[in-house]
Amino acid sequence: MTTMTLQDRTIRIMDRKRRMALAVPALILAYLVYAAISFDLAGLAQRARLDNAAVLMADTVSHKIHVTRDNRRDALSVSVEGSARATFAPDRLPDWVAAQGSRTVIDLGAGHVVTYDGPRTTYDIPDYGPVTLTVGDGVTLDTPDGQVPAFINASPARVTITTDQGRVTATRARTETLRYFWGWEMFFFDLSSPLAGMSAGQVVASVLWGDRIDPARSNLSLALSEFWTNDIWQHGAVAWALFETILMAFLGTFGAAFVALPLAFLAAQNFAPSRALRFAVRRVFDFVRGVDALIFTIILSRAFGPGPLTGALAILLTDTGSFGKLFSEALENVDGKPIEGIRSTGAGALQRYRFGVIPQVMPVLLSQMLYFLESNTRSATIIGAITGGGIGLMLTQAIQTTQDWEKVAYYILLIVVMVIAMDSLSGWLRRRLIRGT
Amino acid sequence: MALADIQHDYLALTRRRRIYGGLLVVIFVAMMVSGFRVADARNAGGFWQGLHQVGDFPAALVSEAFEKSANLPGHMIRALPALVETLNIALVATLLGCIAGTALSLAATRGLARWPRLVPVARRVSDVCRAIPEIVIALVLIFILGGGPVPAVIAIAIHTAGAMGKLFSEVNENVDLKPVEGLASVGATWSQRIWLGVFPQVAPNYLSYGLLRLEVNIRASAILGFVGAGGIGYELRNAMTFGQGKFDQAAAIFLLLFATIVVVDQISGLVRNRLTHGAPA
Repeated sequence: MTTMTLQDRTIRIMDRKRRMALAVPALILAYLVYAAISFDLAGLAQRARLDNAAVLMADTVSHKIHVTRDNRRDALSVSVEGSARATFAPDRLPDWVAAQGSRTVIDLGAGHVVTYDGPRTTYDIPDYGPVTLTVGDGVTLDTPDGQVPAFINASPARVTITTDQGRVTATRARTETLRYFWGWEMFFFDLSSPLAGMSAGQVVASVLWGDRIDPARSNLSLALSEFWTNDIWQHGAVAWALFETILMAFLGTFGAAFVALPLAFLAAQNFAPSRALRFAVRRVFDFVRGVDALIFTIILSRAFGPGPLTGALAILLTDTGSFGKLFSEALENVDGKPIEGIRSTGAGALQRYRFGVIPQVMPVLLSQMLYFLESNTRSATIIGAITGGGIGLMLTQAIQTTQDWEKVAYYILLIVVMVIAMDSLSGWLRRRLIRGT
Repeated sequence: MALADIQHDYLALTRRRRIYGGLLVVIFVAMMVSGFRVADARNAGGFWQGLHQVGDFPAALVSEAFEKSANLPGHMIRALPALVETLNIALVATLLGCIAGTALSLAATRGLARWPRLVPVARRVSDVCRAIPEIVIALVLIFILGGGPVPAVIAIAIHTAGAMGKLFSEVNENVDLKPVEGLASVGATWSQRIWLGVFPQVAPNYLSYGLLRLEVNIRASAILGFVGAGGIGYELRNAMTFGQGKFDQAAAIFLLLFATIVVVDQISGLVRNRLTHGAPA
């Protein structure tokens, strides 16, 4: 009889468990289906710009050089990514561009040659023949067989020829040829630098034993300062931005700890002078924690304007709440005996806290601060994007221009390296400090 | 004599410790002060000029909201769908992130991993996922997919997967391996061993970490809305740009967001307490 009931009960429990094991995933699945419908996943597939993704991928690992003819003024300019800050001087054009008067020959490689001859542009495509574009009131297209192939996009106002070697676009205002190159352009030196165009070996050689390029200083200092002030990549500004982001995290985290520690004493059961005060301080902590960093950022940037200080203060305010709660919990767990011992020597309140309490809670506090320092580096990037400071701002600006994807990739790489570095630093400090004390 | 030596040594040691400690504090304070000065100098507005204005905006917000307090419930109801979207983003991202994090953590735990050689790879993957701030992925995906909740979900889910991969694998390391061995001895496959031997042990901890993450992710999803990923953050930014005269709307959204965060924190705190300390008798 008892075995029977036991068996019954076991079977019932197992049945329930089996039903749960099915019901929970089914519930999750049902919720995800609902979410997919409410997020309009089907519509997303149509709205997705896969061509944007392709541009992004290609641009991340390559760059293009624009050879542009201004058709109204008959002037030629060669620039990197079409940027006015990276325009080749007329006497230092790349060797695949040959300009003589109003005639320019552009060698795109693999036999593809584009010739600007006044208003006429000829693109010699191997295995197809020369395509001629004539700019007048509009653009007239002439192909060898009179047909418009798929790689040419033609309208009366604009003709675009896209091949594996590059792209030619002609409008009434200008004719532009793009040639793609692998890698990031001028990462080390921009075009205005005397070191531009040198290979890595040449730069090393000139730094080590070359003649001084600038008589006033050594080639090494010249190279470093040219790198630092690179106009396109702005390494100096990027380094400052990274520093600002870390500064926000540093000031915010440790500032919050400074503010929270005394308050935590008021909120800890065993130290609070009165219950009413303890209740009030704890509600303040809850409030500050509940008002999100986002809201603080908005309010503070109204008063202080955009910048790293605003970000640091936003982190400080939010974390005061979190630290206050964590610290007061740590304080509630201290051992009362050392404090009694110190009291028995006639120590005052401050001395009791300093020698009886702080040594006990310091390892916990420090390890929490260091945890927060790492996660705040990430928050500082995000807050920087909203409030306008640090690497977060540079990243959002680079993404919003939707052109410099190589810079976006560079910034993302730097952010990931920065966060991982802060993570290892905080882990290392945590191990050292906590084992040390 | 010997006693005097010992005393002298001890005092010297204490003095040295104090000097080191004092030096550390001095260096630290110097870093804080100079860091503050640098941040202050690079900020658009200075700290001391701005300090007395801190209250201005909240005061304007509160006074206007108070004046038009009749409008507040209406604004809140209008913002409710956006709030639901924000919550959905956070919940879906937490679910997906926790599922992916579970897979990552199992692959990153020695002794449980299906392919032990890939343990370091799985760890690095979760390190990198954890290191990328959500906003980075969100902004790139908004460019490709257009604004809306999906970029935010993917961004938060990737970060969550990394964070959970680490936390869950720490839980996995403390698992009692005896049930797993028992299951192996009766010929259970790897997935049966994990499902029946490991998950029952780790489920409470997983759930507790997952709830904690949900709290974090609601905040993250509100922030991502602010940069264009939909939800209450987006509404908040719109209300803010209307500026003076529309502050009642901003105040309503502030209140709604604050209340949501507090309520979710409270509920999740209660559930987590029950998970770690057992149900109240």
